[in-house]
Amino acid sequence: MSQHFPAFIIVIPLIAAFFIFTAGWLKRTYCFYIAAVALAISLFSSFGLLLQVLQNKVVVYHFGGWSPPWGIAYRVDYLNGIVLVVSAAIAFLNLIATKKSVEKEFIERVGPFYALYVLFVTGTMGIVVTGDAFNLYVLLEIASLTGYALIGMGTEHAALASLNYVFMGTIGASFYLLGIGYLYIATGSLNMFDIASILPNIFQSNVVLFAFVICLTGLFIKMALFPMHTWLPNAYTYSPSPAISLIAPLTTKVMVYVMIRILLSVFTPSFSFKSMAVNTSFVWLAVIAIVVGSILALSQQSLKRMLSYVMIAEIGYMVGGFWLANRAGITGAILHIINDAAMTLCVFLVAGNILYRVPGDSFDNLKGLFRKMPFSMGAFVVGALSIIGVPPTCGFFSKWYLITGGIAAGHYGFVAALLFSSLVNVVLFFRIFEIGYFEPFGDLHISGSMDEEEKTFDDAPLGMLVPLMIVAAGLIALGIYTDTLVTKVIQFAIPGGIS
Amino acid sequence: METIVSIRPFLAVLVSILAVPLIVSTRRTNFREGWTFFAAFAKFSIIASMTPVILDGVEIEYTIAQVLPSVAIKLKVDAFGMLFALVSSFLWIVTSAYSIGYMRRLKEHSQTRYFCYFALSLSATIGVAFSANLLTLYLFYEMLSFATYPLVTHHQDMEGRSSGRKYLLFIVGSSIGLVLPAMLFIYHMTGTLEFTQQGFIAGIVPPKLIWILVLLFVFGFAKAAVMPFHSWLPAAMVAPTPVSALLHAVAVVKVGVFCILRVLTGVFGTQLLFSSQMDTVVLYLASFTIIAASLVALSQDSLKSRLAYSTIGQLSYIILGAALLSPKGMIGGMMHIAMHAFGKITLFFCAGAIFVATGTKNISQMVGIGKRMPVTLSCFFIGSLSVIGIPPGGGFISKWYLILGTLEADQRFMLFILLSSSLLNAAYFLPIIYKAFFCTPEESLFENKIDEAPPWCLVPLTITAICSIFLFFYPEPFFSLAKIVSVGIFSGQ
Amino acid sequence: MVDLLTIIISKYNYWGYIVLMMIGLYAMIVKKNLVKKIIGMSIFQTAIIFFYVSIGMKKNATIPIISHGHDGGEHAVHAVDFINPLPHVLMLTAIVVSVATLGVALALAIKVYQQYNSLEEDEIDSQIKVK
Repeated sequence: MSQHFPAFIIVIPLIAAFFIFTAGWLKRTYCFYIAAVALAISLFSSFGLLLQVLQNKVVVYHFGGWSPPWGIAYRVDYLNGIVLVVSAAIAFLNLIATKKSVEKEFIERVGPFYALYVLFVTGTMGIVVTGDAFNLYVLLEIASLTGYALIGMGTEHAALASLNYVFMGTIGASFYLLGIGYLYIATGSLNMFDIASILPNIFQSNVVLFAFVICLTGLFIKMALFPMHTWLPNAYTYSPSPAISLIAPLTTKVMVYVMIRILLSVFTPSFSFKSMAVNTSFVWLAVIAIVVGSILALSQQSLKRMLSYVMIAEIGYMVGGFWLANRAGITGAILHIINDAAMTLCVFLVAGNILYRVPGDSFDNLKGLFRKMPFSMGAFVVGALSIIGVPPTCGFFSKWYLITGGIAAGHYGFVAALLFSSLVNVVLFFRIFEIGYFEPFGDLHISGSMDEEEKTFDDAPLGMLVPLMIVAAGLIALGIYTDTLVTKVIQFAIPGGIS
Repeated sequence: METIVSIRPFLAVLVSILAVPLIVSTRRTNFREGWTFFAAFAKFSIIASMTPVILDGVEIEYTIAQVLPSVAIKLKVDAFGMLFALVSSFLWIVTSAYSIGYMRRLKEHSQTRYFCYFALSLSATIGVAFSANLLTLYLFYEMLSFATYPLVTHHQDMEGRSSGRKYLLFIVGSSIGLVLPAMLFIYHMTGTLEFTQQGFIAGIVPPKLIWILVLLFVFGFAKAAVMPFHSWLPAAMVAPTPVSALLHAVAVVKVGVFCILRVLTGVFGTQLLFSSQMDTVVLYLASFTIIAASLVALSQDSLKSRLAYSTIGQLSYIILGAALLSPKGMIGGMMHIAMHAFGKITLFFCAGAIFVATGTKNISQMVGIGKRMPVTLSCFFIGSLSVIGIPPGGGFISKWYLILGTLEADQRFMLFILLSSSLLNAAYFLPIIYKAFFCTPEESLFENKIDEAPPWCLVPLTITAICSIFLFFYPEPFFSLAKIVSVGIFSGQ
Repeated sequence: MVDLLTIIISKYNYWGYIVLMMIGLYAMIVKKNLVKKIIGMSIFQTAIIFFYVSIGMKKNATIPIISHGHDGGEHAVHAVDFINPLPHVLMLTAIVVSVATLGVALALAIKVYQQYNSLEEDEIDSQIKVK
């Protein structure tokens, strides 16, 4: 059975999606449980795969028994093994954590919501597990389409924001498809590792160059690297909160994974880093993304919108770290995919909890939240410290590797941008802490007794809090086990020859 | 140097973190304070139990987690850390008692939160004291910054908010903006961050970068309040007085100084500092701060602000002592950590007691207060003696060694600075006491009737005052610890 | 000049798809009407499908179905005689994807219309700003 894990990861949720949709008509309460079982199997398989990877190095699975380059091969190595586990864990935890708010927000539409949810996870996990460039496009579109639909289920200007996301997303995915087309022309293959074995002979070809450029452009749009980020803030702000705490941690991070996968495994480092000689320019692009994302975040007036801009800056971290093209930088980028996914989940879950109790997430609504929702805000503090980069939370350690990479590459602009962004994050998050902590002014002075403090306590239900606490504790655990993660997994994900 | 592995340092750090859930979950206030006391005593006894071992010249190590290749979150107890940990954990017990009197009398809100963050701050302080490498030091340093934020802004009013902003801007801003890059740079160059007796970057880092790194660290650890990174400290005085007393006279500010000393000796090493002439730069920075802060203190009318500026000046004594790069100066600096702690905490306790009993914050309104609160003001006098450096105040010993250090290092100008600063100290403390006791009945603003602060306030400040005098006659174990540090650092030369 | 002409003429399929793609992109960026944008998106996707289909084409080749001759069809199959079927098969998937995208986009457009009573971006923007 364990040899079929790669298939389980996507097939089980795919099938489950149809059952969920049907269950939505028959008995709505079943939807959640079907989804939970499907995602649990997916998570279990991912763990199983990672363990296999740790023992046997690489797991290759030929879909339907067809061997590549004719058939579709799923391939799990150190790089996607860990990303798989993280994505599956995030999808599962978020599912559990948002049960109550889904019931509250989607009353009638629970069935469609969970069907889309599980399909989104199918697509995302598929992107990570597949070893076939075209298959990746299809799964990318599955993830994107369900993502559009999930965001479109939101309130206010969700439909419009989602439609704009459709336009940008389609352009991005189509560029990627076009790039794959040129690679196919040049090599006659769609299997990533098959392409990689053919490419070195034709590195000088303009076709390969064009494929490289166009693929990368598409991916940059999909991952919302500044200045291709315009779709992200609106889409994330108006999206329903149970959906955004799934989409925000996964979409952009998985696209960064795809970039790393395509550039390291398909184009190979010698082409991406040496022949192209574009490293420094891309790092500067990332620097701009970090700086502009941070500054734009400062001018926002609502929690989710602010977090969206923080994420745009975080994308810059990963892209910049990767293009530093040294071992520390790439380690930092991969580590940050994992860490950023976890901390984004944490802060967006808190945003969801807040919206569960409070009418809106604009800063005015956050007054007195430390008193009202101490546990949620406690988790928010952990998430915020991680985003700022305070040890021993995980965000510090990825930043550590990124900055060391920047110093090693002599790219001080990137180092300065990271420090600048950390400082801006301090301002951003402490502004929220201040509002939640100080305001409303006055009325709680010299009350003295403890009873009055208890009165206003109204945190999210336990079912939402427990998973949130697990995530928050996970941020610290990820930080403390950074070295294990790096020495056991990530260092093998980086091909030799990069020093 | 002999080393043993033991979990005790980790327990010493952990014990007050573990007290937090207990404090939160206890409904009755008496039990809640009971837990605080329990944690404080447990912490002190764990630390004290390690003292004999350290006095024998042995070091205790404990690795919490390996987080980066060649860098772990690791604790190591040596004489310097032990000295600092002893002072702060002992004073935590005293401050806990004082907090109870102060907070209950003023009917402060959110006392549970107050005691929780106090416990967290102490964990971080001991963590800094026992850090074995720069990363662990940074970790606990940041933890302390964030744990003290709710204490500084305890009153949750507009003033608290703006002070909180200033506090974070200076402390977190400088640690992320200056210390973090400096630390990463050193890690990049050397591949290690472990403190050693003689420093580890000599010969690896190019000399022209040394002075940048030294400045990054000296200013980056803004908790040490070296000018111009000092203005958070007077702002932080909006906190309740026990916070100002323990954190902003002992724990937080001394953590800053401790970090600077630790980095200067453990990372750069005295020989490198000497050869790159950075000692002179640090000396002048410190002496400027000493004189400027004392002058500003003269003009402060609010008692706590005056004490804050006095603290800023006294902190730089410690840095100056280390930067003299002479064994006696080093001993003086180390001793000053302990001596100033006992003296200054007494002064702050007195300021709080005056506020609790009369609601007065300003010095100009304290004329004749000695008649009303004789015990408090007598203790204030003892504390002042210690800070000024007049026998039988404990501060005399540390200043004596500092002065010997200036002679040993042949720094006449520093001798002049130290002496004139002591004069200034006397100038801003003694008039308060004079006016409090010796004034005509017409001038007195208070009725001639003894009405002291509650015993929970009064007893702790008496204890610290007695300790200040006691340390003059019997400065152990701090003196032996300081001597071990000094011998360890200078034996290689 | 002659070289350029040869490039244009010999690679006409590329020029064709690029022109189509640019038309689609132009519509998506410049047009203010959401449905026109969606049309542009469709053209854009179709252009890429054309590109894929065209690269499978060969001169003097036929559709890749092995016809069994009257002699039993035992003779060898020459790849040269057949066009490459793989890109075409891929495009079946891509067509499905583009139809699904179109569906989602139109559904969202309907929702937008219900909400703002308009599909013109200017008008919608002014409505958002008024709120």
